[in-house]
Amino acid sequence: MKVTHFIVISIILFSGATLSGCAQIAPWERGNLAKSHMALDPNPLQSSIRGHIYGSREAAASINSAGGGGGCGCF
Amino acid sequence: MIKQANLLFAASLMFCLSVVSPVRAHLEGNTPPPHCQLSFLDGKLAEGWEAMKGEVVYVDFWASWCPPCVKSFPFMSQLTHEFKDKGLKVIAINLDESVEDAKEFLAKRPVNFPILIDASKQCAQDFGVIAMPSTYIIDKKGFVRHIHRGFRTGEAEELRRLIEQLLIEEI
Repeated sequence: MKVTHFIVISIILFSGATLSGCAQIAPWERGNLAKSHMALDPNPLQSSIRGHIYGSREAAASINSAGGGGGCGCF
Repeated sequence: MIKQANLLFAASLMFCLSVVSPVRAHLEGNTPPPHCQLSFLDGKLAEGWEAMKGEVVYVDFWASWCPPCVKSFPFMSQLTHEFKDKGLKVIAINLDESVEDAKEFLAKRPVNFPILIDASKQCAQDFGVIAMPSTYIIDKKGFVRHIHRGFRTGEAEELRRLIEQLLIEEI
């Protein structure tokens, strides 16, 4: 065996260690990442309003609707 | 075979970890700051740290896109206003990828302390900057005495106390 197996395993493990997608981003290279449209939720206000509207039309109570669901469409 | 695979796995893991967390130079204590090639916004070369011996130097690495940096600017202006005559020098080193961003930022928020540019980012690398903003306080003897990362409003008083204490110290 086993030499071939050993070599294959070592190549897989070594490439796993070296070819991982992680890269260190220096603090001064984060200018573009810091832009608001790069955030997970680029428009938090819009999302919360949409969530509220969606919640008010759902049958079940939602965390976004103060009135508590029911599907009445009440805000 | 399994033993060998385990050994290899352990070796790869150690390699991964060494890649993820490289050892950084720790400057705090009796270490002089690294030599830096810095320039002013107009392109003129700035003097080295050696020329500032005898003064307490507050070195701040900042960028225009960083919200805590914006918060720290009024504090640095206040420090300059209060302690300039007592021997404090505030220096803000900009790390923006484009100098124009810094100029735009400064046009909106005029400052009373010098702004330097680290065009190659070599200075930030040598200082081991890992956060924005990062502050290095150099004492009168020319040693880095305090490293502060980030800026929260509550920390301003602590920094001020430290600066006052360093200003009292004799060379």
